[in-house]
Amino acid sequence: MAQVSVQAEDFDLGAEYRRLCADAPGGGAVVTFCGLVREYYDVGGADEVRELRLEHYPGMTEKSILDIVRQAEQRWDLLAVRIVHRVGILRPGEQIVFAGVAGRHRGETFEAANFIMDYLKSEAPFWKKQITRNGSEWVNIRESDREALSRWQAADDQASARK
Amino acid sequence: MLQIHYFASVREAVGRDREQIELPGDVATVADLVRHLRTVDAGFERMIGEQEQVLVAVNQAVAGDEGAVADGDEVAFFPPMSGG
Repeated sequence: MAQVSVQAEDFDLGAEYRRLCADAPGGGAVVTFCGLVREYYDVGGADEVRELRLEHYPGMTEKSILDIVRQAEQRWDLLAVRIVHRVGILRPGEQIVFAGVAGRHRGETFEAANFIMDYLKSEAPFWKKQITRNGSEWVNIRESDREALSRWQAADDQASARK
Repeated sequence: MLQIHYFASVREAVGRDREQIELPGDVATVADLVRHLRTVDAGFERMIGEQEQVLVAVNQAVAGDEGAVADGDEVAFFPPMSGG
């Protein structure tokens, strides 16, 4: 069971966790991740962020997140997944993304949450623009985020080489 | 007709967020469409020159240069994603 919400409103971590538990009776593990708006993004100068504007592609966003969740469900035995991503104007310290995964065991549930976040960052159509004292600029994907993806892809290549 | 959407820095560079165009007879792939827009639209041509990388989605799925484009499709141009 996968649920995706793209919304301007903030979310309540406790409520999201409880919904996830209710969707996954009999599960032994729940992993939740919460992403917050940073005070600095490493683009250009090191100016303090006043606000972050989150833009997305309505329709494709939901489709691509569900597709990422489906890929995770093919790799691991998952019971429920909930993803909430905020859009619009956000300020440093605010919650921006929630990823919750319910599974049977800790190891695979952690892995699945990590996988979903790695793919969400570079395959779901969201874009961040940071507004600082000196103006505004678009935030680019970080090299470490690209590397995170190649780690999963390398694991796949090894697995298919063994077959 | 083709529905074209532009997002984020690509939207700003082109100066609009969407448009509708008649599908030109010689456009069958993403590469054809890009070639067409670069020829007829100075703003699009300038955007391609300025942007480090532009991704394309056809009917809300990322497509490569050889991706098919047909009448009635929705095509979007945008920079690499930066969510999370």
